[in-house]
Amino acid sequence: MDKIARIDMGAAGGPKVTVGDLGEYAGLGGRAMTSLVVAAEVHPLAHPLGAENKLVISPGMLSGTTGSMTGRLSVGCKSPLTGTIKESNAGGQAAQVLARLGYAAVILEGKPEGDDLYKIVINKDGIQVIVDNSLKLMDNYPLVAKLRQEYGDKAAYMSIGSAGERKLLAASIACTDPELRPTRHCGRGGVGAVMGAKRVKAIILDDAGMKMRPPKDPDAYRDANRKFVEGLRKHPVTGEGLPAYGTNVLTNVLNEAGGYPTNNFKSGQFADSAKLSGETQAALEISRGGSATHGCHRGCVIQCSGIYNDKDGNYVTKQPEYETVWSHGGHCGISNLDTVAKLDYIDDNIGVDTIEMGVTIGVAMDAGLAEFGDDAAAIRLMEEVAKGTPLGRVLGSGAAITGKVFGVERVPVVKDQALPAYDPRAIQGIGVTYATTTQGADHTAGYAIATNILKVGGDVDPLKTEGQIELSRNLQIATAAIDSTGMCLFIAFAIMDQPETFQALLDMLGSFHGITMTGDDVVALGKKVLSAERDFNARAGFTKHHDRLPRFFYNEPIAPHNQTFLMKDEELDEVFNW
Amino acid sequence: MIVTVKLFASFRTGRFDIETVDYPAGTTVADVADRLRLPHSELGIMMINSRHVKLDRELAEGDTLALFPLLGGG
Repeated sequence: MDKIARIDMGAAGGPKVTVGDLGEYAGLGGRAMTSLVVAAEVHPLAHPLGAENKLVISPGMLSGTTGSMTGRLSVGCKSPLTGTIKESNAGGQAAQVLARLGYAAVILEGKPEGDDLYKIVINKDGIQVIVDNSLKLMDNYPLVAKLRQEYGDKAAYMSIGSAGERKLLAASIACTDPELRPTRHCGRGGVGAVMGAKRVKAIILDDAGMKMRPPKDPDAYRDANRKFVEGLRKHPVTGEGLPAYGTNVLTNVLNEAGGYPTNNFKSGQFADSAKLSGETQAALEISRGGSATHGCHRGCVIQCSGIYNDKDGNYVTKQPEYETVWSHGGHCGISNLDTVAKLDYIDDNIGVDTIEMGVTIGVAMDAGLAEFGDDAAAIRLMEEVAKGTPLGRVLGSGAAITGKVFGVERVPVVKDQALPAYDPRAIQGIGVTYATTTQGADHTAGYAIATNILKVGGDVDPLKTEGQIELSRNLQIATAAIDSTGMCLFIAFAIMDQPETFQALLDMLGSFHGITMTGDDVVALGKKVLSAERDFNARAGFTKHHDRLPRFFYNEPIAPHNQTFLMKDEELDEVFNW
Repeated sequence: MIVTVKLFASFRTGRFDIETVDYPAGTTVADVADRLRLPHSELGIMMINSRHVKLDRELAEGDTLALFPLLGGG
């Protein structure tokens, strides 16, 4: 990872590739790379779909090594959904392959004139940008199948479906998993629309002839990785719960805690939640010849994903995540896992964020476009998005736009990005993160659920305000750092509880780069990333008044706790005061 | 004293999903775990009526107790 490729899609005479050294970005990866590049190089008032925006693609600092869990790929830009800076990361194979090809970042710049659609091929011989109009409006599954005929099964594929080409604000960028399914998505913030605006349909990454990235101290790196893996296997969350049930194990937990937003945030509990639970889902997957245990990239030891088949044993989609089962399930009053799986497939295929789309369908139901609990109507609405009808384009532009078009007051968004699967009235800590993160409502930015609900890494009362600001601050700093390493965020469950596993992570980072890493270094990295992101957002016009939840969270108590969001504005303004 | 006990994830294996039980007054969360042979070290999340509780909490008539192992996701 000693070079950066810049591809000017708008260059006179056709796209122009320039490969240069790292310069001021040396040592960065993942979110640190994407956010520092965007903050330094993108005009904060740029139109997100214009030539001034850049799409920065960066593997993590440890991606492409023999280190376990290092397969996260970050994509950054100015978000067309939120107008803020955006970093969206995904698993799949892309990060490992891009890192082994030696690129710390690939930056798509400019915007071509005309209607031509491009694919970008990156291999050991360099980078080619090729016009391929035969790919127009293809969705991700058939697109990858077609590209595999030309580029084979050893490559990794990044792509946008029809939603990205249509520049819908919920559009994602798909990354293929080890079996070449386009199931791992940089989902949030409309990054797929930015790729579509640059007329890039697919990026084919082939690392044939390349080697694993070598650590500066191979023995120490191997030893640290071994201790790290031991720690992940030993912790009940990463060693047992996630492999057996996947992320959807949370449905029962959140419903029991009264923090499961139901029927567009009208209740904190869903009567039919058991039908959607991770326990039910895992048993169903196994009984149908699928799997409840699957890794999204090679080198993953947690294996939180799975394979969801239909009743006849045919592949439908990868195991829908908790957030997806919630957004398309309980949020819409829907309790049929087969419906959720079908919607998850449509999302992956057309290339949209499952959280944004599910929340949008719930808002549309609140607007009266369909009844809550109407499975067929939910599928019909998603098919409008797939077809690109005027209604589909409204829905595909997310919950905030849909709420405005149909006059809905209860629209669960922050900075126009849909809230994930945890009600901030029942879980005050996650509300602090939703309100203040640089990304728009995002649970992963500072996952207070761990401490508020799961009692991992500490114990803070979810219904009280005490301790939540400091908790969210510390989690947001740590997350910004982890998102830069290429590590899957789920390692946090183990490193928060087990000091020796955190030390093993520090030793991996240190021995790889031939330095000594301390906890303070990690904190400094996280603060550096957040400061750059906050600075960009400020220059883009965001103030403390945008770091708030929608008013209904302050005005409408939610059952069963009959409580509102209680954090004071002045408290929220202290999150980044370090 | 009639209470409802709900078990989740791996705790269900060889036990049950949900059961209504008649316990003597003064029964604590720890007592219930012991009766179900759930090692205290494996208890992750304990809730009564949707609120987190500790092992020494006494149950009351009509309570719903939910017991989970340590879990995560997101």
